[in-house]
Amino acid sequence: MNAHALAAMTRTETRLFLREPLIWGAAVILPTAVLVILGAIFGNTPDPQFGGYGFLTLFTPSLVVITLATLTVNTFTSRMGTYREQGVLRRLSTTPVRPATLLAAQLAINIVTAFIAVAILIGVAYVAFGVPLPQAPLAFAVALGVGAAALFGLALLIAAVVPTAAAANAVGLPVFFAVMFFGGVYLPQWLLPDFLNKIGEFIPPGVHGILDAWLGAPLQLAPLIVMGVITVVAGAVAARTFRWE
Amino acid sequence: MNVIEVSNLTKRYGDRVAVDGVSFGVEQGEIFAILGPNGAGKTTTVESISGLRTPDGGSISVLGLDPRRDRDELREVLGVQLQDSELPAKLKVREALDLYAAFYRTPANPDALLEGLGLVEKRDTQYRKLSGGQKQRLSVALALVGNPKVAILDELTTGLDPQARRDTWQLIEDVRGRGVTVVLVTHFMEEAERLADRIAIIDQGRLIALDTPAGIIARVNDEQRLRFRPSAPLDDDLLTALPEVRSVSHSGPVVTVTGSGNLLGAVTGVLARQEIVAFDLRIDQAGLDEAFVALTGRTLDTDTNGAAA
Repeated sequence: MNAHALAAMTRTETRLFLREPLIWGAAVILPTAVLVILGAIFGNTPDPQFGGYGFLTLFTPSLVVITLATLTVNTFTSRMGTYREQGVLRRLSTTPVRPATLLAAQLAINIVTAFIAVAILIGVAYVAFGVPLPQAPLAFAVALGVGAAALFGLALLIAAVVPTAAAANAVGLPVFFAVMFFGGVYLPQWLLPDFLNKIGEFIPPGVHGILDAWLGAPLQLAPLIVMGVITVVAGAVAARTFRWE
Repeated sequence: MNVIEVSNLTKRYGDRVAVDGVSFGVEQGEIFAILGPNGAGKTTTVESISGLRTPDGGSISVLGLDPRRDRDELREVLGVQLQDSELPAKLKVREALDLYAAFYRTPANPDALLEGLGLVEKRDTQYRKLSGGQKQRLSVALALVGNPKVAILDELTTGLDPQARRDTWQLIEDVRGRGVTVVLVTHFMEEAERLADRIAIIDQGRLIALDTPAGIIARVNDEQRLRFRPSAPLDDDLLTALPEVRSVSHSGPVVTVTGSGNLLGAVTGVLARQEIVAFDLRIDQAGLDEAFVALTGRTLDTDTNGAAA
């Protein structure tokens, strides 16, 4: 890949991303806004019902899921659907640039955005509501990284073939809602039946693993392996099926 | 020297044969028009030349490169403007040029291109706010930003108003003035007649004529048509016996004679000897439009669905 082209593509895609406040707002601002609202209503008082943790401490990992799900199976897929629909990809295909350059630029932008969003969330949660910082930082980074990679793999798979923005949403939104549901965004995990939580451990980005690492508990290996396999398989299929038009 | 060589190109989509054994060569520095009705196979032909489609048969060489095998090398020297390909809505003109310039080893100067294409004032305008003509100019600029030796421009003026169309024609001549060989795909006769050094007429996937505009017109001009109403019944055999006459037909009282050479002189000579007067005598002089009808049996610009393919 041509480094000069990649730099230019990343710069351009970043500018375009910043011109869409609804998109970066949903990924960066929304989770922290929800945190502040819930925190203001319920506070984060330790509760024996929650094993001595505050409600907010247990719910914050689900707010991370909002960021990751939005940036992958929602906004990224619909952007690629739009590009294919409008012939933006077709136009690129007449130049020496490779599809991987655009995808790498998108990946970089989404990683940086996710990083900023999660940092703000952790910071505000800690300062305003006393949510502890992730207790096992390395495990937290691994859980987050593996989960995000699996989501991005699924997003790439969708983005590889959808012909239009509408098609991207038709395929992406059900996945998005499933990820949000199993991520405990709509209903906190402790209100879900056990079997759903069991499934949820394996659904990217693996909110249980993120929570475990946050609280300093050891990571479960099986969900990480499953999500690693999802990443590799989805990524490989996407690379084979990706179409410029 | 030919910069593009297409020989026996064939492409099928399922059962439909889109391009059926087309061969032609494009010379260095010329404006070469590919003309034909919608769905004739024009776009498939240029997409094959650009390496965007894999032909089912035949061979293509562009500047000595194979469009599929030497894909990367070809993209450095071939600028392509495709129909129905847009840019991100919020991308600004100058940003688009800078981005595309970064894809090439030896790009043109974006400022000079903006200047040359009259887009300087629009440099900070987002793509979605450009007029149709401005979008086309930007599209041409992007096709030229890699300093190509050959530019393929597909249906450049479709959807433009007459003034914007004329401006675009000037632009294409300027491009050629830079020494770029231009392949122009169009279904506008006037455009091909005005701009092209040579025209390839493609119909139903087949190349049916390849000549200069004047050559194509002359070829069909040779196929003249006389119509008149004779003052007395006329024996067809007197006319068909003439070497200039190809056919004689009747439509009510009107006689139509087609043929070549000095058709008018030969026919009126016969009529004079028979002491027959030809009323309402008309000669149809062919232009490119008529040439097209004569060659394909139908008229151009009969958009049925508006989708050029």
